[in-house]
Amino acid sequence: MAEQVDDKSPLTQPFNIRDCALVSMATGYKAQNLREFKEGLLRVPEGSIYHHFWGRFLEPQFDEPEYSNDFAAWVYHRLNEKALAEKLSVIDPADYEDIESVRQELVERVEDRLYENEFVPWTRADEQFYFVRSQIVVLDTGRYLEIPSDLPSRVPEMTIGSIFYHFIDARKRTEDRSDDFSAWLTGWGDKYNDLRLKLMAVDPFFSSLKELRFMVTRVLEEYFGGGNS
Amino acid sequence: MNELLDRYAEVAGRDVVNHLYQLAAPLKGMKVVHVNSTKEGGGVAEILRKLVPMMEALGLDVKWEVLEGSPDFYQCTKGFHNAIQGFPVELSEAMLEAYETVNAENAERLRPVLEEADFVFIHDPQPAPFLNFCPNRRGKWVWRCHIDCSRPYRPVWKYLKNWIQDYDASIFSLAQFAQLLPHPQYLIAPSIDPLSEKNIDLPEDEISEVFDQFGLKPDLPLILQVSRFDRFKDPLGVIEAYKQARKMVPLQLVLAGGGATDDPEGEKVLDEVRKAAEDNEDVHVLLLPPDAHRTINALQRASDIVLQKSIKEGFGLTVTEAMWKGKPVIGGDTGGIRLQVVDHFTGFRVRSPEGAALRIRYLLHRTDRLEEMGIRARRLVLENFLLTRHLREYLALMIGVLHGLEDRIDMVQ
Repeated sequence: MAEQVDDKSPLTQPFNIRDCALVSMATGYKAQNLREFKEGLLRVPEGSIYHHFWGRFLEPQFDEPEYSNDFAAWVYHRLNEKALAEKLSVIDPADYEDIESVRQELVERVEDRLYENEFVPWTRADEQFYFVRSQIVVLDTGRYLEIPSDLPSRVPEMTIGSIFYHFIDARKRTEDRSDDFSAWLTGWGDKYNDLRLKLMAVDPFFSSLKELRFMVTRVLEEYFGGGNS
Repeated sequence: MNELLDRYAEVAGRDVVNHLYQLAAPLKGMKVVHVNSTKEGGGVAEILRKLVPMMEALGLDVKWEVLEGSPDFYQCTKGFHNAIQGFPVELSEAMLEAYETVNAENAERLRPVLEEADFVFIHDPQPAPFLNFCPNRRGKWVWRCHIDCSRPYRPVWKYLKNWIQDYDASIFSLAQFAQLLPHPQYLIAPSIDPLSEKNIDLPEDEISEVFDQFGLKPDLPLILQVSRFDRFKDPLGVIEAYKQARKMVPLQLVLAGGGATDDPEGEKVLDEVRKAAEDNEDVHVLLLPPDAHRTINALQRASDIVLQKSIKEGFGLTVTEAMWKGKPVIGGDTGGIRLQVVDHFTGFRVRSPEGAALRIRYLLHRTDRLEEMGIRARRLVLENFLLTRHLREYLALMIGVLHGLEDRIDMVQ
């Protein structure tokens, strides 16, 4: 367990809790077969690639998704291409420099499959893949965390929009492609390295945001000892 | 916190309502007008009845206006409704003229309110031409389509598109419903109101009262479909599924429907349904008045399984309502039912009466699975399909429309 008394860091500002809401938009691109899917991947705006990896967290979903992104799920469920679905599912956008590189990786894996296969896999007209993008509205809640030991009591009160912003959306904003909490903790030097590593080990891909909030809270409570510090 | 929103916080969570306050802050004081074609009957009126006071509670200045039509007008708009859902419908010049005249007259009546609004939400095709009759409008106009628009009948869609294309944005319930239009198309699924008469918790005795009220047998499994008597809801297919399942398991079926004031075709379908049901004492066809919300609530809670065997469906709010009450749903594999009925998790999606019969038998046999699916169904609705989520997306959309097409709108000062 970490020590429970800590001071404000001279190196960092208080943590500004933000919130966000997301609304989905049609892109006009859709695919009924793997070739159209590749074309769609090439043409859709970057926001659509982002949406199908991350934005979907703020959309209706069941909390035990088999695949980590919408592309892989469709390729498996509608085209019955299990191997390709697995290859698409292991793509973690945090491993790539930007969304363009993620797009290229997706396209390459689909192209490989098209090259291997003599037939282009198809699905029914009413089971097409619809490329969607989203608009994200970021808000200031006006609330702050002063010291890391505030985290275990404040994270459970956060909206799922805040969890999305600080834990998911942060992956494209923070230097080490992690979450905002971990990034903030670097302001205390090495003091919270253990906690940072634990937070960074939380895999957000297979949970709903409510579950994710619970998982992050559990890590924080374990670290700070019940969240009463 | 406002008393109304406080009540939603109790059901949906305090964090959810706090989020709404955050989002509404930049929109405070803005004038918003919703226009649709009826105050009673149909999902749109049900949503607006609560969405409007909630927006008001968040500090927006909201009005709900209703278009007043003639029988010719409703005949025409029913034709639009069917055509948007893909049925070939021929509309005469006279019908279109009635449509345009009613719109011109209503727009004239409402023009001062509409032209000074910051946001106007026009629901469905009935009042779509309003925009063209308000040349001095100053706000943003959004057309909200609640209908399954995945394969609209082209000639009718081309006509309607002329009225819709000049809007600042449109909203469809699902991505597959979106059409090629020269403005942003938002995707917002509808929702249910957990505090409405139709969805609030009921005392046990009120639930069991429906057995006496409608001559149902308390010891027989009850399956239910609640919907208008409309071909797209396939009530005849439900009776067929019941007949097939009945060969293997004893059960009773209730088909409960209400009429909406803008649906002249319902009577005809109801006659066909009554005929198909006439030799079956355990099939009950109930035509309920539009305000029978508590009765529908009790029927849904009294049921073992709820069906929504639609062939076409916009979203299927009756599915959401049933799931909220912890019932697994056997639904048609179409439209918004797909978003709600997660096959094998919250119910089953079927494509035929045979498929529905098979799943009815399965769930009545595997009551452990029935219960499990019911619990999951309620959770899916709690997290995704309550009015609070719907309102959140409207507010985000309003901020989005004010900021153009940017992916990220940073309201942090």
